[in-house]
Amino acid sequence: MYRSHVLVCGGTGCTSSGSQRIIDRLEKEIAANGLAEEVGVVKTGCFGLCALGPIMIVYPEGTFYSMVQEDDIPEIVSEHLLKGRVVRRLLYDETTKTEKIIPLNETNFYKKQHRVALRNCGVINPEEIEEYIGTGGYEALGIVLTEKKPEDVIQILLDSGLRGRGGAGFPTGLKWKFAAANEADQKYVCCNADEGDPGAFMDRSILEGDPHAVLEAMAIAGYAIGASQGYIYVRAEYPIAVKRLEIAIAQAREYGLLGENIFDSGFDFDIELRLGAGAFVCGEETALMTSIEGNRGEPRPRPPYPALKGLFQKPTILNNVETYANIPQIIVNGPEWFASMGTEKSKGTKVFALGGKIHNTGLVEIPMGTTLREIVEEIGGGVPGGKKFKAAQTGGPSGGCIPAEHFDVPIDYDNLIAIGSMMGSGGLIIMDEDTCMVDIAKFFLEFTVDESCGKCTPCRIGTRRMLEILEKITKGQATMEDLDKLEELCYHLKENSLCALGQTAPNPVLSTLRYFRDEYIAHIVDKKCPAGVCKDLVQYRIDPDKCKGCTLCARTCPADAIIGKVREIHMINPEKCLKCGACMEKCRFGAIYKE
Amino acid sequence: MADKKAAVPFAGTKEQEEALKKAIDELKGEKGALMPILQKAQDIYGYLPREVQKMISDETGIPMEKIYGVATFYSQFTLNPKGRYRISVCLGTACYVKGSGDIYNALMEKLGIVGGECTPDGKFSLDACRCVGACGLAPVMMINEEVYGRLTVDDLDGILAKYE
Repeated sequence: MYRSHVLVCGGTGCTSSGSQRIIDRLEKEIAANGLAEEVGVVKTGCFGLCALGPIMIVYPEGTFYSMVQEDDIPEIVSEHLLKGRVVRRLLYDETTKTEKIIPLNETNFYKKQHRVALRNCGVINPEEIEEYIGTGGYEALGIVLTEKKPEDVIQILLDSGLRGRGGAGFPTGLKWKFAAANEADQKYVCCNADEGDPGAFMDRSILEGDPHAVLEAMAIAGYAIGASQGYIYVRAEYPIAVKRLEIAIAQAREYGLLGENIFDSGFDFDIELRLGAGAFVCGEETALMTSIEGNRGEPRPRPPYPALKGLFQKPTILNNVETYANIPQIIVNGPEWFASMGTEKSKGTKVFALGGKIHNTGLVEIPMGTTLREIVEEIGGGVPGGKKFKAAQTGGPSGGCIPAEHFDVPIDYDNLIAIGSMMGSGGLIIMDEDTCMVDIAKFFLEFTVDESCGKCTPCRIGTRRMLEILEKITKGQATMEDLDKLEELCYHLKENSLCALGQTAPNPVLSTLRYFRDEYIAHIVDKKCPAGVCKDLVQYRIDPDKCKGCTLCARTCPADAIIGKVREIHMINPEKCLKCGACMEKCRFGAIYKE
Repeated sequence: MADKKAAVPFAGTKEQEEALKKAIDELKGEKGALMPILQKAQDIYGYLPREVQKMISDETGIPMEKIYGVATFYSQFTLNPKGRYRISVCLGTACYVKGSGDIYNALMEKLGIVGGECTPDGKFSLDACRCVGACGLAPVMMINEEVYGRLTVDDLDGILAKYE
C-alpha cells in the first residue's frame, strides 16, 4: 500500500509537453529519497486541461500542479512528498485565488463538467486492466452475459436515449436493433476511431485514458446483435492510443474477457485493430468498411445500410468511440440514470475539445443542454487578450459557426442543426474578432478539396469550384454575382453528393453567409477584410501622431518598403510592402496598424 | 494526395526484402490484408516505390493497379522518400486560428522547399498535417516523433538548428 499516489498525465497533449521526462525524473527522485515503498507514480490518461500540461495530481490531498518542469521535481519530492508542504508556486492558479486552496472540482473549468465517458480519464492507469476492473470495469459485460437477453440490452439502449456521438446523432439502440434483426452466419461490430475532424481529440483521449471501456462496450454490442468479431479502425496518427489499445486487447484476452466462452456464457468475441492511413473520408461508415476490406476508402451508396450489408457484405454496426464509452455506464446505472441528464431529445453528456482563442483549452464533458455562454465564459475562462468573442465553430469541416447572438441556446443535436451548425464529433473552436470568417470558410473548403475521395462528381468538382470562388473573394477579385453562384453551388452539393463529406462540405460557407454576410460583402464591394487577415486586402499604415521616427520598423522590413529618417515620421510604400506584419510586431509605440 | 514519380533510384537491401516477405507471409491470410502490408512495407523502406509495390504484387497476387490505387489514396503512404527529419506542421483548425499557417510559410522559406518536398540533401522534408490531437498546445509541429508546441516563428531557427 502506498500512502500517496502521484498521477501524471500521459495523454498526447502532456506527452508533447514532456510528461514522460517528468515521470522518469519523479521515479528517480522518489527512489533517491527512500520513498519508493510509500509513494506510487501512475501514468494516466487525459485530465482535460491540456494547455497547462504537463499536469500532475498528488493524492490523497488532490493537489493539482500544472506546467510542471523537470527541474521542479526535486522540490516537489523533498517539500511535498517528504515534508508534506505543498509547492504553492506550481499550483494551478485557479485554485490559489484565496488563502485557502480550492479543490479542483470547484474550479470554473471543472465545476460544470459531468464526467461519464471520461470518468476514468486521468484517474486510472490505462495500461493496467486491474485498475479498470477496480473502478467497476467489465461489470456491465458480466451483467449482460449472465442476466440479460440480447433484446433486453437493445431495449436498455433504446430507453436510455443514447444517440451516436460521431456527429449525426442516430439513436444507437435503433442501429443495434436493425442489425440484430438481420440473420447471417457472421456479423461484425466496428468502432470508428478514425477521428478526423481537425481540432477534435475526445476519442483519442478516451482511447488513451480508458481503452477497456471501448472494448467492453464492443463485446456488449457483439452479444446484442449476435456478432463474434469486432474491428477498431484507429488513426495511425495516434501512436499512444494504438499502443494502449494493443495492451488492453492483450490483457482482456489474458483475463478471458475477450476470446472464447466469456464469463462461461458460451459467448465468443474478439477484437482486431486496423490502422487508418490518413483519409478523412474514412470517417464515413461505408468508406471505413471499404478501407478495412483493404481497398481505397471510397464510400458507396446507401441503402443497403451496413445493418444489412456492411463489412465483408455482412450485417455490421459501427459506432464511435465516445458512444461506446457511455454504454457500460448505462448498463450498470440503468437507462433512467442516463436519460435524466441532458435535454428532451439529446440525453446524457457530450465531450467537447475546446480550442482556439480561449483561455482554457482542453477537453470538457458537459451535460447536453449546456449553453455556449457557460462553456466559453465559465469553463473556458473567456477569450484571452481582452478580445471580443466572434463565433464558435462546431462540427469541423461539416459544421458551422455559432455567433454571439446564439450564446444562450442550449447545445444539443437538434438546436445546433436549427441554427445552421451541427454537433459533429465535438470539436469546439473559439474565434475572436481577429478571425476572418471568409478565410475560415476558405480554410475548410481547402480541407474538403484535399480530402474529397473523387468518386462522385458533385463533391470532386463542386468543392473545387467553391474554393476558387472563395479565393477570388479573399483576393478582392469577386463580384456579387460570384456570391450568388457560390450559394447556388452549396445547394447543388448538399443535394447531389454521394456521402456526408460532400453533402456537408457547404456548411461552413452557408453558416458564415448566414451570420457574417456583411464580411463577404466587405471583401467583394469595399475590397476590405474587416478582420485584417486576407493579405491581398490589407494595407499596413503608420499613424503619424504615434510614430517617433525610431527607424526600427525600417530596419526590420525585409522588403525595404519603409521610408523615413531618424526622428522623422516614417511611411510604408504599398508597392513594395509584402504585408508580412514584421514592422507592426516590432513597433514599440503601437504606431503601425492595418486596415 | 498525388505523389510525383520518385526521382531517387531505388536502393533496397536484401534484409529489407526478407523482412517484407516475412511480413507478407504473416499477414496475407487475413481478410483485407493489403493496408497492413503496405503499412509494414512503408515501415521497412520508408516509402513505397514501384519496386516495392511490385514485390507485394508478386507475393500476394494482388494486381499492381490495385496496389497503386490504394497507395495513392491515403495520405500516409508516400511514393517518394522523405527526409531524415520529417517536419509536419499541423494545419488543423485549432492550430490554424492560432497562426500555424505562418509557421508553415516560414518553414517553406527557411528550407527553400514547398510542402510535400524534401531538401536536396535529403535532410528535411516538409508536410502539412491535419491535427495531431495536441490542440491544447497550438500551434504545433512534429519533427519525426518529437512534438513542438506553443510555437512562434522566432522559435524555428533554434529548433531546426538542433537537427544540424
